[in-house]
Amino acid sequence: MAQAAPASTVEPLPLAEGVQGIVADWSSDQRAFKNVPWGKAMMWIFLLSDTFIFTCFLISYMTVRMSTTEPWPNPSEVFALTLFGKNIPLILIAIMTFILISSSGTMAMAVKFGYEKNKKMTFILLLITAAFGATFVGMQAFEWTKLIEDGVRPWGNPMGAAQFGSSFFMITGFHGTHVSIGVIFLIIVAIKVIRGDLDHQRPGFLTGRKGNYEIVEIMGLYWHFVDLVWVFIFAVFYLW
Amino acid sequence: MAHAEGQQHPIGIYLKIWGLLFVLSAASYMVDYLHFQGYLRWFLIIVFMLLKAGLIVAVFMHMMWERLALMYAILVPTVLLMVLLGIGALEADYTFFTRGVFFVKGLL
Repeated sequence: MAQAAPASTVEPLPLAEGVQGIVADWSSDQRAFKNVPWGKAMMWIFLLSDTFIFTCFLISYMTVRMSTTEPWPNPSEVFALTLFGKNIPLILIAIMTFILISSSGTMAMAVKFGYEKNKKMTFILLLITAAFGATFVGMQAFEWTKLIEDGVRPWGNPMGAAQFGSSFFMITGFHGTHVSIGVIFLIIVAIKVIRGDLDHQRPGFLTGRKGNYEIVEIMGLYWHFVDLVWVFIFAVFYLW
Repeated sequence: MAHAEGQQHPIGIYLKIWGLLFVLSAASYMVDYLHFQGYLRWFLIIVFMLLKAGLIVAVFMHMMWERLALMYAILVPTVLLMVLLGIGALEADYTFFTRGVFFVKGLL
């Protein structure tokens, strides 16, 4: 028998695909998520739990809106703004949507440049993403101020069903908190990138883990998730 | 090992999806701006919402390039939420009905 080529001992075995791949991955007696750094798998699992939290909020909003006997305030009018002498419905929310989607775009490109080890571009794109996020939070603060001045409270409002205020402050407040935390972490990751922590595998301050460009993608997963939640809030709270 | 694990894709796909998300957002805003009402409004809102969510998860979050084991582990549990949605709707209907009976004169 001829000896097997040495290359075959170096190359890893090909992974099974399809349903067979799922069974093989999960029963492999190794890590179940192949080709995925564990930090990324953990972020996905965290995001799944966050999905459940946000869905609980949105479903409770649905139940209170369906069960109230008073008329629900019309979001199209409540969130209208007067711009250039014209009353435009829902315009503030539309602008916020575009800002958040733009931040998702810059984040996706930051991840790409991160894996190319292009420090400068990654840094710039992360900061642009953070700036978009901060703008979004600022506009949300403006929106809250406007509604509070209009007399909207968690326990009632002059426009109709009392549940409008509680749902609004709960859902957008929780989402805004996510955006704010995201902005802080974007800035932290940007500093790590430009300082070269990820190139030199500098241990992190809290975890002591070696720096790695995977953290840019993990940060990106969180940021895209914030955008994803906004897609659902925009659709079912503001447009419905 | 770690070097082979990164998700690297051409920048064009991100820009295309970005543009598509802008178009879909503009479309869902137009649903409100043009005052579509009733089932047409709800149908369009849901369709645009799901398309946007799908694009973000699949491309921006790289889910379409992940292995099925991860995809199923993350996406299948969200289906459970549909059960919660159904329970919520049933409960809300019942609450609305009892409120009509006891609180609102002339609703029934």
